[in-house]
Amino acid sequence: MGEILKIDNISVSYGNIRALSDVSMTVSEGDIVSLIGANGAGKSTLLKAIVGLEPLKAGHIEFAGETICQSKHHASLTTDLIAKRGIALVPEGRHVFADMTVEENLDMGAFMVRDSDLIARRKEDMYDLFPILGARKKQKTRSLSGGEQQMMAIARALMSAPRLLLLDEPGLGLAPLIVQDIFNKIKLINEENKVTVFLVEQNARLALRSSSYGYVLENGKIVLQDSGEALLNNERVQKAYLGA
Amino acid sequence: MLNFFQLILIYAGIYAIMAIGQNCITGYTGMLSLCHAGFFCIGSYATAIICKVFGLSFWLSLPVAALAAGLVGLLIGIPTLRLKGDYLCIATLGLGEIIRNVATNLNPVGFSQIPRASLFGYEFASRYKVPFIILIWAFVLVFYILFQQLAHSRLGRAMVAVREDEVAAQSNGINVTKYKISSFVLGAAVGGIAGCLQTAYTLTVQPGSYTFMVSVMVLCTVVLGGMGNAKAVILGAFIIQFISYLPQLTGLTNVIPAQAKQIIYGLLLVVMMLCRPQGILGRDKYRYGDPRTRMEKLADFFHRSKKAKGGRA
Repeated sequence: MGEILKIDNISVSYGNIRALSDVSMTVSEGDIVSLIGANGAGKSTLLKAIVGLEPLKAGHIEFAGETICQSKHHASLTTDLIAKRGIALVPEGRHVFADMTVEENLDMGAFMVRDSDLIARRKEDMYDLFPILGARKKQKTRSLSGGEQQMMAIARALMSAPRLLLLDEPGLGLAPLIVQDIFNKIKLINEENKVTVFLVEQNARLALRSSSYGYVLENGKIVLQDSGEALLNNERVQKAYLGA
Repeated sequence: MLNFFQLILIYAGIYAIMAIGQNCITGYTGMLSLCHAGFFCIGSYATAIICKVFGLSFWLSLPVAALAAGLVGLLIGIPTLRLKGDYLCIATLGLGEIIRNVATNLNPVGFSQIPRASLFGYEFASRYKVPFIILIWAFVLVFYILFQQLAHSRLGRAMVAVREDEVAAQSNGINVTKYKISSFVLGAAVGGIAGCLQTAYTLTVQPGSYTFMVSVMVLCTVVLGGMGNAKAVILGAFIIQFISYLPQLTGLTNVIPAQAKQIIYGLLLVVMMLCRPQGILGRDKYRYGDPRTRMEKLADFFHRSKKAKGGRA
């Protein structure tokens, strides 16, 4: 399978502080790839850079063979255009539209889709995938639990039928059982809907177990990369992230 | 007395139109703008100039007023709408003052004896208020319906998404800048039309009547009624105008100074923020039809204020 996402030597800074330096990585189509790292390693920054929310200081990012972001600001695509190309981001902290109902949130996820029949069909698919959302579709998202909100955020991202799904800490602040459930759904989405998944996670064990390939980010640099299984057995990863 | 009620109806209508415009900017898209007096001023001047200087029809000045206000909205929106919250508020405040000062410097006394508007041979004279009430409230109705439609449209949904969460909106393919500017331009154009109607009624324009206080009053109207709810802002316009004419209505003009109304506005806002931060009617909530029974609705009405205090106002 070909590369769907290619990150080539990118650097991102916040003022004088370098958040990412010379990061290169690739995501192959159809895979689940995870990026693990501690707090402040630059994981979220990397995801934001991919969707154009953080400007690049150097390097460029290619999606499906076309450059979407580069250090020349005016030549980069804006976030909404990147979303139109087929990258959907589930941001950290979920960013649901709290005052809208679950159904309205899903409608917003399908903002780029003009065909109302298609939207209705996709909504049904989402309710099949996450039955709890179907039960709560008329409820304000604010009233949902954290796990339900995370599922809704994922469902909303899937409404645009993306080729690449970016997940920023899908397990953040959730009970272990719910995190497991969400990861099972992610695998299901990847297998059934053929969506490539790139996820960032602190829960390294769960992330690597679900992934075919993984990267380790430390202080804004990629320090290790290997298949998910190999990383799980890697001594350095075990020491630093798996508490072995 | 009847005269005052008619006057309140006219001004409540004009402010309701302005508030519908402000509601588009602040209620739907969540941008705290404080320059509606500026758009109001541009609309008034556009009408004054078209009718008086060029001697053209009032009806022609309507689209011109909307276009002029919308165009100025576009020009000032492009650089300022990148700002957020209080920064945008200060920037727009300054712009409202610039518009007023430009108007003052162009012509310090403004225009008077502007030709009357006429429709099918009927001439609207300020003495007869009922035709004006009908004219102005017809516009209120039109804008109410238009903006109610807008709220349920793709454009309206995008605006609300921008208000609720910009990052999420962008990730869903919404061009935040585009919708912010559209919302601002629309709101400005509606403000311009309010100015146009005011000129048709007063037949004079003076730069002194477009002060910062007008922008504040419009914003109060929206906050008081309920942000993002067109029905609510019309109610807000009534209340604000009623307070505004309270000294005259009670016949206490000698006792209550005119400035007292500003104190009342202020107090009203403080009380509102403490007791019902979402406004009297609150947001328009159920797009897919209200699933609650009547009793639940009643219970919700009394409980909502408690909930809203815990969340964001």
